[in-house]
Amino acid sequence: MLGTTLVLALRSIRRHLLRSFLTILGIVIGVAAVVTMVTLGNATTAAVQKQIASLGTNMLMVRPGQGFGRGGGGPRPADFKPEDVEAVAQQVAGVTAVAPQAQTSVTAIYNGRNWSTTINGTTDAYFEVQPWPLEEGRIFTQAEEDAGKAVCIIGSTVKTNLFASEDPIGKRFRAGDVSCDVIGLLTTKGSQGFGGDQDDVIIMPIKTVQRRFTGSTDIRMMLVGTDAAYDSEQVQASLTSLLRERRKVQPGQDNDFNIFDTKQISDTLTGTTTLLTSIVTAVAGISLVVGGIGIMNIMLVSVTERTREIGIRLAIGAVAREVLMQFLVEAVALSCLGGLIGLVIAQIAVAALAPVMRVDWVFYPGINFIAFAISAAIGVVFGYFPARRAAALNPIDALRHE
Amino acid sequence: MASTPAADPLISLRGVTKVYGTGATAFQALKGIDLDIVASDFVAVMGASGSGKSTTMNILGCLDVPTEGEYLFRGHHIELLDRDQRALLRRKYLGFVFQGFNLLSRTSALENVELPLLYRGEPRAERRDQAMAALDQVGLKDWWDHTPAELSGGQQQRVAIARAIVTQPDVLLADEPTGNLDSERSREIMELLTRLNEESGITVLMVTHEPDMAAFAHTIVNFKDGLVESIDASHRPGQRPEMH
Ligand SMILES: Nc1ncnc2c1ncn2[C@@H]1O[C@H](COP(=O)(O)OP(=O)(O)OP(=O)(O)O)[C@@H](O)[C@H]1O
Ligand SMILES: [Mg+2]
Repeated sequence: MLGTTLVLALRSIRRHLLRSFLTILGIVIGVAAVVTMVTLGNATTAAVQKQIASLGTNMLMVRPGQGFGRGGGGPRPADFKPEDVEAVAQQVAGVTAVAPQAQTSVTAIYNGRNWSTTINGTTDAYFEVQPWPLEEGRIFTQAEEDAGKAVCIIGSTVKTNLFASEDPIGKRFRAGDVSCDVIGLLTTKGSQGFGGDQDDVIIMPIKTVQRRFTGSTDIRMMLVGTDAAYDSEQVQASLTSLLRERRKVQPGQDNDFNIFDTKQISDTLTGTTTLLTSIVTAVAGISLVVGGIGIMNIMLVSVTERTREIGIRLAIGAVAREVLMQFLVEAVALSCLGGLIGLVIAQIAVAALAPVMRVDWVFYPGINFIAFAISAAIGVVFGYFPARRAAALNPIDALRHE
Repeated sequence: MASTPAADPLISLRGVTKVYGTGATAFQALKGIDLDIVASDFVAVMGASGSGKSTTMNILGCLDVPTEGEYLFRGHHIELLDRDQRALLRRKYLGFVFQGFNLLSRTSALENVELPLLYRGEPRAERRDQAMAALDQVGLKDWWDHTPAELSGGQQQRVAIARAIVTQPDVLLADEPTGNLDSERSREIMELLTRLNEESGITVLMVTHEPDMAAFAHTIVNFKDGLVESIDASHRPGQRPEMH
């Protein structure tokens, strides 16, 4: 019985190649779209999360000013002082480390090669508040920090442009007017994400930068590492009141500094990518439904031909159930085939697009399975129900069907 | 009731009526048909257009059911069977030939002829052999791989006949089998039906408008306005279908 049905269904597919092809096409496009979109969406979310994790999730960024897009008129709020850094590190509960930052631009020269880059003056705390391991070398010693020695740790972009394939550790190069020894090389963060190439940086002790480059003790930003065991809101609150006090902000006045919580940024970004993924998935889902409607159309267009065929089969002694089974098997076979082709195309599309979008190629079994199951269901529903109507006809009426 | 026929009839209709539609649009196509057909007869059904020939054939072929009355096939009450049981009966005992051939398009002659065997669940090899034998009987052995579009009308009708006889049915029902063919092709079909009737003993019921074709039959049943008007069994004495 099943063998017969299979023979009949396959013969029918073979005989109506164009119709079968059009039927499959809708499913193929639908499945390929859904799987590609969802896979790339998930991969993007994963990439963003990875990036955020590299920022450090338990970190507050504190800057003078009222934050993005505010503080139009009036005098520019003062930068922080080294005493502020001390105070925050010692007086705010839940703070593990505070890394001050003073930045300046410089042209680095080594062996005839020039490279314009940024110098970031900080302390070893910088490596405590955020995860950024060294590729090789070491971080500063306390003595180097205290003395303001001209030692530095360089990012991979600087290394490539100044030292090419040489090992930079122990080499001396000129940063502006200062001769500087390389003691460490940072691992590559990758340039994707927020605000340019993070690897294009030279890290020096902050005292060195202040004395020999900027000429002041101003600190443009503090990176405050927090203990995950403490409530981040609580830490921010005590940090805020300490800084208001130190900066003599009157009660009722707005803060003249702002605090960014990387965890907050991370949550916002994750939320955004998740939202984007769902929107894209919905769009792709619609294309799957449209594919299904395409199938239904083709099935309905061929219903005259099919109704006569059903009439013939019934007249020569087929039981309605057998005829229906054939149509069912045919519909399932077509949509499964369409689903499979769609899955293959999706993998190819993802493999091709992932490098362009700078995300990792990942295979998510769940979405593949769901898309496949939906395609099969669509095939069954749209292929089977028109046939069911025809098979319910009197054979004579089916034969006469125009 | 009139005299009892010599042999038990293969087919008996008793007071069969057929009403199409309901209510105001209802139309009584058959008004009480009584008809006996004995095994191995060759019956031609004639009558004016709309007199109920096709309606009767469809009922005899278990494709449709009478509104009232009894239909006995080999003594069994067919009017009591459901859809599926009638389908199984068609599969087992009946073969059909239609005016419009009704072959599956884009399907080779062989596969068309095989179809009833497929539903019977015959194994592949047997299917092939029997279908080829049936095609041979209708003289189309060499055309087995042609699709209907590649065959002439007469050839298509012969494929249809092969499909009808491949299961070796008791009864072959043909509703205007030569209606779409020229007279030469028609003669060939009639000779084929005669041969099948004589050699295989298949009971042939055929609707035709043409007296030339009816002349091949042994019994001629005339329909008029949903009733059997007359039965002429002169071509086959001793095998008269009875009129009640
Ligand atoms: N499905 C149907 N619904 C309604 N009326 C029908 C139907 N089939 C047949 N009739 C009517 O029943 C009557 C008998 O039809 P039938 O097809 O049996 O005639 P016929 O003798 O075969 O005619 P013809 O020689 O033209 O084929 C006709 O008046 C026809 O209009
Ligand atoms: Mg008719």
